[in-house]
Amino acid sequence: MNIDPVLAQLRITPPQHVSPLQKFHIDVPLLAGLGGLCTLAFIILYSSGGQDINVLLRQSARLGLAMAIMIAIAQIHPRHFKFYSPVLYLLGALLLTAVLVMGKISMGAQRWLDLGIIRFQPSELTKLSTPMMIAWYLSGNTSPLRLKQLVLAGVLVLIPTALIAKQPDLGTAVLVASAGSAVVFLAGIPWRYILALAILGGSLLPVGWHFMHGYQRDRVLTFLNPEGDPLGRGYHIIQSKIAIGSGGIYGKGWLHGTQAHLEFLPERSTDFIFAVFAEEFGLVGCLGLLGLYLFVLGRCFYIVVQAQDNYSRLLAGALTVTFFVYVFVNIGMVIGILPVVGVPLPLISYGGTSMVTLLAGFGMLMSVQTHRKLLPNG
Amino acid sequence: MLIIQPRPVNEADYSGRWYFLLIVMLVAMTGLIGRAVYLQVLDRQFLKRQGDLRHVGILPVPAHRGRIFDRNGELLAISTPVKSIWVNPKEFREAQIPADKRKALADLLGLSSGALEKHVGSDEHRSFAYLKRRISPELADQVIALGIAGVYSEREYRRYYPTGEVAAHLVGFTNIDDKGQEAMELAYDDWLKGVEGAKRIIRDGKRRVIEDLESIRPPVPGKDLALSIDQRLQYLAYRELKKAVLQHQARSGSLALLDTQTGEVLAIVNQPSYNPNSRTQVKGSASRNRAITDIYEPGSTMKPFVVALGLELGLYRPDTVIDTAPGTMRVGHNIVKDIHNYGVLDVAHVLQKSSNVGVTKIALNLPSKKFWAFYNNLGFGQPLETGFPGEANGRLADYQGWSPFEQATLSFGYGVSASTLQLARAYLSLANDGVMPMVSLVKRNNSPELHRIMSAQTAGGVRAMLEQVVTREGTALKAAIPGFRVAGKTGTVKKSGVGGYSSSRYLSVFAGMAPASKPRLVMVVMIDEPSAGEYYGGAVAAPVFSRVMEGALRLLNIAPDQGDIMPILAAQQDEPA
Repeated sequence: MNIDPVLAQLRITPPQHVSPLQKFHIDVPLLAGLGGLCTLAFIILYSSGGQDINVLLRQSARLGLAMAIMIAIAQIHPRHFKFYSPVLYLLGALLLTAVLVMGKISMGAQRWLDLGIIRFQPSELTKLSTPMMIAWYLSGNTSPLRLKQLVLAGVLVLIPTALIAKQPDLGTAVLVASAGSAVVFLAGIPWRYILALAILGGSLLPVGWHFMHGYQRDRVLTFLNPEGDPLGRGYHIIQSKIAIGSGGIYGKGWLHGTQAHLEFLPERSTDFIFAVFAEEFGLVGCLGLLGLYLFVLGRCFYIVVQAQDNYSRLLAGALTVTFFVYVFVNIGMVIGILPVVGVPLPLISYGGTSMVTLLAGFGMLMSVQTHRKLLPNG
Repeated sequence: MLIIQPRPVNEADYSGRWYFLLIVMLVAMTGLIGRAVYLQVLDRQFLKRQGDLRHVGILPVPAHRGRIFDRNGELLAISTPVKSIWVNPKEFREAQIPADKRKALADLLGLSSGALEKHVGSDEHRSFAYLKRRISPELADQVIALGIAGVYSEREYRRYYPTGEVAAHLVGFTNIDDKGQEAMELAYDDWLKGVEGAKRIIRDGKRRVIEDLESIRPPVPGKDLALSIDQRLQYLAYRELKKAVLQHQARSGSLALLDTQTGEVLAIVNQPSYNPNSRTQVKGSASRNRAITDIYEPGSTMKPFVVALGLELGLYRPDTVIDTAPGTMRVGHNIVKDIHNYGVLDVAHVLQKSSNVGVTKIALNLPSKKFWAFYNNLGFGQPLETGFPGEANGRLADYQGWSPFEQATLSFGYGVSASTLQLARAYLSLANDGVMPMVSLVKRNNSPELHRIMSAQTAGGVRAMLEQVVTREGTALKAAIPGFRVAGKTGTVKKSGVGGYSSSRYLSVFAGMAPASKPRLVMVVMIDEPSAGEYYGGAVAAPVFSRVMEGALRLLNIAPDQGDIMPILAAQQDEPA
């Protein structure tokens, strides 16, 4: 079936029903949800960034680039994703190794690869390539996973995860691992294996503790008892809880959050931006924001369910889980129910790297959704 | 749109997995919402208070210290707003300030780069260190404009003394925290200092003050203080004493000028002095107000009191004749000497010539108890009660242990000690017709406490005799002032030291008053160890008296009382303008 997708769609669907957005493989509800989130992002970034218009200009430049990449990826047929999965996975693993050998150290971690013109963070690529690879490997499977498959899939997840954790970048490692694990779970891992893994994981926790960096241990301890060191390691969490709590039901109003504007709140435009939002817009605002995230997640889930082939479904599921983990880990951290892990609030936090990856992922989801009709029989 | 039915892609149905996943997500989201409700609804009050605790603070508001004026409202001390620059060393280090900015900061503050590094490199845990205190607000603004992290300014007051050295010993100074340290600044610290106020402020996360919320308690400024001195006379006295101390290569000097009727000190100066505005190299000896804190034997300046007591007790009259020949006299095992053999003198000439033998003969005729009581009433060995810190009382031994020789030496001013201000106070009784007011260093609002020491007649009699001292025949011609009658007494005191009295080290003293017909001003001048040749009271101290007193009489518009001048003045008034 080597028909041009655009032409094919034109042939099947009556012309009057084809909107320009559909023609370009854009999923309108998803785009609307993303647009809503980005609008909120601009509103809150203006406040948290000290009402500096340059912050918004830089952020919109990044957003423009990321949107262009999303739309470009949406044009690609899912089978091409599948075809290139192993290549991308290998490339990602190689680049991660390169980073460890010759990467640039910034803020105490070795994450960047300097390619002369642009600095590139290979861990971002693996956020996409790892679930693609696992989906590629398991998509042909038609029965409960055998142990051999499970072990191999586990190794495929572990390689990039370990390389990223070594940088160290715990947040991204968590995202990559959860995306990969989501594929394994959805592809049909028997419950008894899940149970066994849970027991194994629990018993390995002390070992993991042993291999953690000092600051990572501190984060866990701080999470368990933030008041233990209120001016030091507990500072972030205490300040952000105060910001959120003092927002109350209706918030202090836009540009009127004292914790954020008096610079008590650290990382207020990046990882802790949710606290600024919660302080200024209160519980009502939080419910609105979470509602918007749920809408996007719901649409993603709809795309997953509608997917026609196994690979597409597994990939879409993994991307959905990644997005969810982003939201949950970030808000959970800011709100004080999870340890501090450097994960941005997707589409809201200031910064470009994660936004490009996220929207690339949404591009894939749109591709899965909009190329669907041309594959009646897989 | 086409509706496409989802269908199982695996033979084994794993669609349950998808719904399991969906439920996990919904539960997790519900968890987030629950937590938000907990923080924003249930825990809200607590967290809001915690937030306020962190950014609302209370800051002291410095109070303006009271000003010090002279009796005419001339400014002697004032607190001017200044700023101090401080640094948070931790913040400064963390910001990694580039070298050129560090240099600009050090240059503006006049610090060496080494000194700057020492401040910011100090103790790991310190978050506060002064870089430079009390600089002008303009300079502080320039420093802040450099925009260096961790460098802040705060408002303070700096005490400024417009008259500098001139009134330094009386006014004193405050320390860097504006607390009185010396002299009147110390004595009246409670009066001058204000009560610090407080205000509520908003701080940011870097402890910078962002906004003033409200004043909790306004600062209460300190009260102003008016001193008794007249700055014009003070300056005049300062200038002349300094000149004399330099000219005679003396160790030190002091001068006190008093208002006869009120006992107010109109001028009080000492040498050496210091600049209270820049006290970096002040030695302790230069900061003493010697006229109040240092005591010495007054020597011949005590003789008028012995004569006064003789008159008061009716034992002598001004014309009573005393034989001082041959200029020496044995008292017990000791010998009292005069410089010359003056032969037979009346009481007035005993004072005029300052005859030790003559005054000894009078003294030995006086009952010891009355002698002691008279000196005691004149304030010798008694506090001045000015409240001045470090005020000296001097010494007067009890009469019960006196030998005749001691009584003799007391009559010419040895064996008793007093400060310049105490001596001046005693002379008030002669000047004020026998009544001695309490002295005061602050301007009086009410009439002074008075003590009658002797009759007006006695005082007038002694004054008349003291006028004869300031003549060609007397010892203090140089104390004379054209147009005014001057009464006074010289003293040339051998300094005591280890092994007895020195024959080469002297105090040169003059105590006097003018106009002698009805004295308005009393002055004592003491110059310690003149060593440029002259050392007699009449040669060293008397000229200072003359110049300061002349200027003071003019400045205070006191009418001349010397007869032969009057016609000239009258003639001038008669001439057409």
